[in-house]
Amino acid sequence: MSFLAKYMGQRVKRTEDPRLIQGIGHYVDDIKLADTLHVVILRSQYAHAKINSIDTSAAKNAPGIVAVYTGADIAGKIGNIPCAGALPGLKVPPMAVLAQGKVVYVGHPVAAVVATDKYKAKDAADLIEVDYEPLDVISDGEAAAQADSPVIHEEFGDNIAFVHSAGSGDVDAAFATADKIVTQRLNHQRLAPISIEPRGVLAQYFKGEGQLNLWSSTQIPHLMRTQVAIQLGIAENKVRVVTPEVGGGFGCKLNVYAEEALLGWVSMQLNKPVKWIEGRRENLQCTIHGRSQVGTVEVAVKNDGTLLGLRYNVIADLGAYHQLLTPAIPTLTGLMLAGCYKIPAIQMNCTGVFTNKMATDAYRGAGRPEATYLVERIMDRVAQELGMDPIALRQKNFIQADEFPYTTACGVTYDSGDYEAALAKAMDIVDYKKLREEQAAARAVGRVMGIGVSTYVEICGMGPSGAMPAGGWESATVRVEPTGKVTVLTGISPHGQGEETSFAQIVGDMLGVDMNDVLVIHGDTSIVQYGIGTFGSRGLAVGGAALVCATEKVVKKAKTLAAHLLGTDADSLSFENGKFVGAPDDKVLTIQEVALAAHTAASIPEDFEPGLSAQHFFEPKNFTYPSGTHICVVEIDKDTGDIDIKRYVAVDDCGNQINPLIVQGQVHGGIAQGLAQALFEEVVYDENGQLITGELMDYAVPKAFQVPHYELDHAVTPTPVNPLGAKGVGEAGTIGSTPSIANAVIDALAPFGVQHIDLPLRPEKVWRAMNA
Amino acid sequence: MIPANFEYHAPTTVDEAIGLLAQHGEDCKVLAGGHSLIPAMKLRLTQIPVLVDIGKIGDLSYIKVDGGTISIGAMTTHGAIASSDEVKQHCPLLAECGGQVGDQQVRNRGTLGGSLVHADPAADWPAAILALNAEVVLKSANGERVVKASDFFVDMLTTDVQPGELLTEIRVSVPAQPKASAYLKVAQAASGFAVVGIAAQLEMDGDTCKSISIGVTGLAPKAYRASSVEAALAGATLDDASVSAAAAKADADASDAMGDIHASEDYRRHLARVYAKRAVQAAAAKA
Ligand SMILES: Cc1cc2nc3c(=O)[nH]c(=O)nc-3n(C[C@H](O)[C@H](O)[C@H](O)COP(=O)(O)OP(=O)(O)OC[C@H]3O[C@@H](n4cnc5c(N)ncnc54)[C@H](O)[C@@H]3O)c2cc1C
Repeated sequence: MSFLAKYMGQRVKRTEDPRLIQGIGHYVDDIKLADTLHVVILRSQYAHAKINSIDTSAAKNAPGIVAVYTGADIAGKIGNIPCAGALPGLKVPPMAVLAQGKVVYVGHPVAAVVATDKYKAKDAADLIEVDYEPLDVISDGEAAAQADSPVIHEEFGDNIAFVHSAGSGDVDAAFATADKIVTQRLNHQRLAPISIEPRGVLAQYFKGEGQLNLWSSTQIPHLMRTQVAIQLGIAENKVRVVTPEVGGGFGCKLNVYAEEALLGWVSMQLNKPVKWIEGRRENLQCTIHGRSQVGTVEVAVKNDGTLLGLRYNVIADLGAYHQLLTPAIPTLTGLMLAGCYKIPAIQMNCTGVFTNKMATDAYRGAGRPEATYLVERIMDRVAQELGMDPIALRQKNFIQADEFPYTTACGVTYDSGDYEAALAKAMDIVDYKKLREEQAAARAVGRVMGIGVSTYVEICGMGPSGAMPAGGWESATVRVEPTGKVTVLTGISPHGQGEETSFAQIVGDMLGVDMNDVLVIHGDTSIVQYGIGTFGSRGLAVGGAALVCATEKVVKKAKTLAAHLLGTDADSLSFENGKFVGAPDDKVLTIQEVALAAHTAASIPEDFEPGLSAQHFFEPKNFTYPSGTHICVVEIDKDTGDIDIKRYVAVDDCGNQINPLIVQGQVHGGIAQGLAQALFEEVVYDENGQLITGELMDYAVPKAFQVPHYELDHAVTPTPVNPLGAKGVGEAGTIGSTPSIANAVIDALAPFGVQHIDLPLRPEKVWRAMNA
Repeated sequence: MIPANFEYHAPTTVDEAIGLLAQHGEDCKVLAGGHSLIPAMKLRLTQIPVLVDIGKIGDLSYIKVDGGTISIGAMTTHGAIASSDEVKQHCPLLAECGGQVGDQQVRNRGTLGGSLVHADPAADWPAAILALNAEVVLKSANGERVVKASDFFVDMLTTDVQPGELLTEIRVSVPAQPKASAYLKVAQAASGFAVVGIAAQLEMDGDTCKSISIGVTGLAPKAYRASSVEAALAGATLDDASVSAAAAKADADASDAMGDIHASEDYRRHLARVYAKRAVQAAAAKA
């Protein structure tokens, strides 16, 4: 494939943006159907309680109320919320769409009120009387693992959902022969993904046809269709899931929640469209959270800095239930514990525990930010212990460019990489040597300045089906219409990533057509062939690869017809800039002319199928492994602990870039979220399981004025895994940034004897560390 | 995030508004920019049967300078105050404070009057209003009264405004030559509200501080004047040592200290001291 063509490799502005910026796109809540009823869900205010009784009589008699449903009404009628994560011995507590006699987290759905408008529904929900009998609350992951802890799901006898081990190599020998062992306890705080558009569902049942339409703000329309059909016991092809505009997901919409099946069922009961739009408070309480691991990492190292082994014992606080991928997330951490380094022996022991909180699941990076943070943090600790420069330590242990494909002790095979290349660029941009001199000078006059580096590699382009819970391939259909317009049906479900643009760029170049003639359709299960969806930075690496293969098939088919029409054989033709050339007498046919001929079919070869379209299902042979270096420079206010980011340099290597403008946008947003994790973002529950950060007035999502100027550059190491050579960049910024900022702050505090501070690095913590 | 039912009125004159307030008494609340009231209603933290929206009253949004007094209509937005040339010229402290309230969207909707009546303990304006010895004009069916800033803030979320009263205007007397001033705050990472905010205004005579007033917000359940700091500095020579020693009393006049996940009580007290010093020095540097 050639790059830097007319569209590919160019900074093409996103064609999605005009409608989104003008506010004229359509999200679920913008879709209005006549006679729609509105659902409000009554949720538990207790983190752990037995439900003795629910009195809905007043609510049922309130004005405008059509129906009120509780757990008893749906028992046996709606299947449980699915968990696709599979681990040996995994305990999966049944999660009904409405609580069955017991609530186990604040926000647990208890009843659904259906009314003619949402105000009446909410008024009536306030009239429902639930007699709760509070139980002991387990809000701390480590406490939940203790033998004497109260148990959340009594049927299991304890709160341990799974014990998972990963890694290979002789770890004990590595530690026995090490010159030094460096140990650090680390907390990865809980975060909330916070999409600007919260979740929402509109369900419409057509009784005569037996057809259920669901509009849902999701990243996985097809997987949702399958799951909801199973939950409701109706044929999968009688369920149509449509995702209109989706205002962000970050992993939180890679899920099937209570509301999809519940609303579908309610619509079937009442034979009317029903709508539920999540409020922000609900969003913080009952949309999945991310991260939430607390553990100890130990590294065995020689005095010259050679890494010998790594051990990570961790408790993953899963929350009260498994959502779709809850138990899978910490296993992703276990795949990436080698980082960019040759570590011969690695072991992770992970205990997943239930607590009285919302479930954790995939949040941008999903398991890999945890791995990168702990590896990059311990690298700095090792450098500190050995008195080595943190970059020199990294370079000493880097997997070298000529060693790929490289299989790590975690059992995964990195596709390609050149870690030195990105590091060298980043060091050059900041002038690393001079920067350290500046730091020495600043320290000499009492200023608190720090430099933090993170050299990361992550696993994405998910992924080979054998390693995925529900298939890792992706699909594309390319159709050249009679007028020469091109329709693409992609199985991915973009929700902000810009594939309507980048896919049009690809097809525009491959077919030699104007990219504005290419329409990319996604997110409607009745229009688009089955697909897996958008998550794990797979849209381009897998979905784009399927698109390339389908487009190649279209070209091949068109060539057959062109040869027929031009009176020559296909091998003598070549396809250049949308034209078939090389025929006798310099006769030429454009792809548009061929498309028309394929549809009129007046003159076609004998075994030629009319029409001009092709489909491809692409199965990736491996994951992709983007990498890069982030360097952060901070200065800390000695009197207050306030952190000022002076410089932020990111050199990312996501392989070939189809649209560098979109790549930069992804990196910008990714760094913002990684920075927020480093500095201020945190879901806080108190010891009663009450959510303290229940609103955006307390839950700190990053805002534009809180992020520094980014100095971006890139390295390019194409992946051999797909025909685009593209690795994916949706999560890299989030994964690479957090440790560079943490390392910078802790580096700044070295003169105070500080070795580590847990995230988020709120000014108060930093100030206390300086004054300890 | 769905409010309870309420009755909605949108009067176009002050008299009409006052009439509605008198008619509905305790059942009724004024709606200004809605940036505090509407979130509270949506969360059903408060249920208000009758809302009187004063946004349609044209003559509540103004900035006038006349005879040594700057008068600002209650509906004037934070943003309008921050960007007003007249305010910058005659009372720069108000412009500096207004420019630090929330973010641009909040500044474009939220009003000075609304912020003062709401009396959030972490709001920015109270610090400046106290430091400036401002006056607040309240109108009701019974007439008009003028309340001093020092009497206006009663407790957390509580002011001297009585049911039936509409805050119409904020007045600050401004000398021909404006006094040197500064407003410095530590913004809470999520909301932007003040973890601590210090407004300082002073007059210098060479190195000597002739007069000084300091308002503190964020630390205590209600904003207060840092009288101990003022007493230590009025008439004193301002240098690093004297300002540090005085600023160490910045929390002395706080009725209590608030603590939450963003900043503990101790840390807030500490920030008040650090920022009192910085605000005084920043103001002095402009004198
Ligand atoms: C995201 C966000 C961030 C914010 N950040 C900050 C910040 O950093 N600093 C800060 O100081 N504030 C901040 N605020 C609050 C904001 O400044 C509000 O606008 C302000 O506190 C209230 O003003 P309002 O005009 O919106 O009043 P409303 O919300 O309409 O009213 C508030 C209260 O005052 C009463 N009221 C209003 N006007 C009058 C009147 N003329 N007479 C009598 N009663 C009246 C109302 O009845 C109500 O009780 C923030 C708000 C938001 C939503």
